[in-house]
Order: sequence, then structure tokens, then C-alpha cells
Amino acid sequence: MTTAHKSLVEESSRERWLPLLELAMREVFEIMLGAKLESSDAERPLPLECTAMVGLAGPLCGVFTFRCDAEAAALIAGKMLGAPAGASDEQALDAIGEVCNMIAGNFKSKVSGLSESCVLSAPTVVVGGDYRVHSLAGRSVAMVMLLEGSPVSAALELRR
Amino acid sequence: MNSIRALIVDDSSVMRKIVERSLRQAGLDLAEVLEAANGAEGLAVLGEHVVDLILCDINMPVMDGIEFVRSLRSVPNAKGVPVVMITTEGSESHVVQALSAGATGYIRKPFTYEQVKEHVVPVLGVRA
Repeated sequence: MTTAHKSLVEESSRERWLPLLELAMREVFEIMLGAKLESSDAERPLPLECTAMVGLAGPLCGVFTFRCDAEAAALIAGKMLGAPAGASDEQALDAIGEVCNMIAGNFKSKVSGLSESCVLSAPTVVVGGDYRVHSLAGRSVAMVMLLEGSPVSAALELRR
Repeated sequence: MNSIRALIVDDSSVMRKIVERSLRQAGLDLAEVLEAANGAEGLAVLGEHVVDLILCDINMPVMDGIEFVRSLRSVPNAKGVPVVMITTEGSESHVVQALSAGATGYIRKPFTYEQVKEHVVPVLGVRA
């Protein structure tokens, strides 16, 4: 394990990264959607049916996920497009992929050493709840918030 | 400012619409907006159209933004056209890589239309 890797792993404690993940989510929603996220009591990601994923590769490997239900995905797309009721299913999935991508990039830029050393993959979106993700996660941070009452969650799972 | 023709290259159709809206909010008079979903499609568009400005993502399938910028500098129609990268990758090394490849400017997502204005308007006068 390199010194830089050790430093990033030590830095990746839940207490340090959770506020940065929350800030990354809030900024993306405020800047790109013009929407304020509300805090939620739920701490862990909920079993929601739309999941966007962006891989993280480099000294730290893992996956960022963004999850919401279909209604929230349509709401997100509508806000991004400036057309509240006009987003198609395809645009809704495209939109949450981009939201996940931007949260991942924004989070990465806030963690010292992560922005330079790790790269992100293009987003992938999975629809449906009947699946299980096996990510060899060694540690994770997750945040659930509310968009106009609908839960939306973001998480980063790091491989062991 | 004269009307401009812009090409937006991004694999997300939603993001292409956001970039177009941001250009309009930034006060640009857009005569036409052309779209492409990756660098290869972007090169095909440039083979048939002359544009004044290109906005381009980096992480895309088929041909990424860096390769696209390198390639377009050999397209007669596009040699001197300003290219502004719009991407989630904001590290210094990515910026250096993009500028070395031939990009004119760099905007990190998430972005405001004010940032688009700040980065795009100055480069519109630099066509070689």
C-alpha cells in the first residue's frame, strides 16, 4: 500500500466523508436542478427501484451509487430539463446517471488527494429492485435525503 | 455579438439540453445548436457543418472528449474553433491533458450559466 493510498484510506472514515457526500449532493441539486434537498432520518440507502452507478478507479477502488424511485427520477429529469411534466422514461434514467456522475465528481474534488489520483467511469443505470449488488465493499458512506418528500440516496462503497 | 452555431458533444441527452439552455441564459444568440453523443459523432457532424463553438464532455463511449479534441484539429472546418470542455473530472491533470490536446477552456460540472458565460464568451473571439 502506497503512502498516498494509506492516507486516502485513513481519510475515508465515515465521520470525515459523510458531510462531504452530503455537501456534494446538495450542491448538485441546487446548482443543476434549482432544488433544495431536505434532511432525512433514514441513514442507510432505501430499497429504491432506480440505481445509477459510477465506478471509482485508482489507489481507491469502489462504486458511487445514486438511488431513487421512478417518480423521483422523473422529477429530477423534469427539473434538469426545465420541463416539470415533460420528461420521458429514457430521459429520467439519463438524468439520474448524470446526477450520480456529478455527485461523484463533486465529492471527489472535495477529498484531498482523491481528485488527482482516482478516475470515474461513465455512469450505468439499473432499473428494478430484484437484484443484489456484490461489490466486495470494505467500507462505505451513505446519505439519504428528501427531494420534495421523495427519498434519494447517494453512497460510496470502497473495495477492500 | 453575432449569432453563433454551436456543437454540443455529450453522451447524456439531458446534459446536452442543459448546456444549450445555459448558453442561452448566458446571453448567447444561438443560430443553430448541433448535437453529438460522442466524439466520433462529433467529428461526423463537423465533416458536414461549420460551427463557431464546441462544448464537449470528456468521459464518453466510442471516442472520449480528449481524443475528439485531438482529432478535430485536423478537420479543415474545425481547426481553429474554440472547444470548451464540460466535465465532472476537475483535477489539474485532467485540465492540463485537455488543454494540451487543444481545448480552449474547461468547466467543471456542476456549473452555473454564469460560469458558462465566464468561460465561453471570451473564447468566442479567439478563432484562429
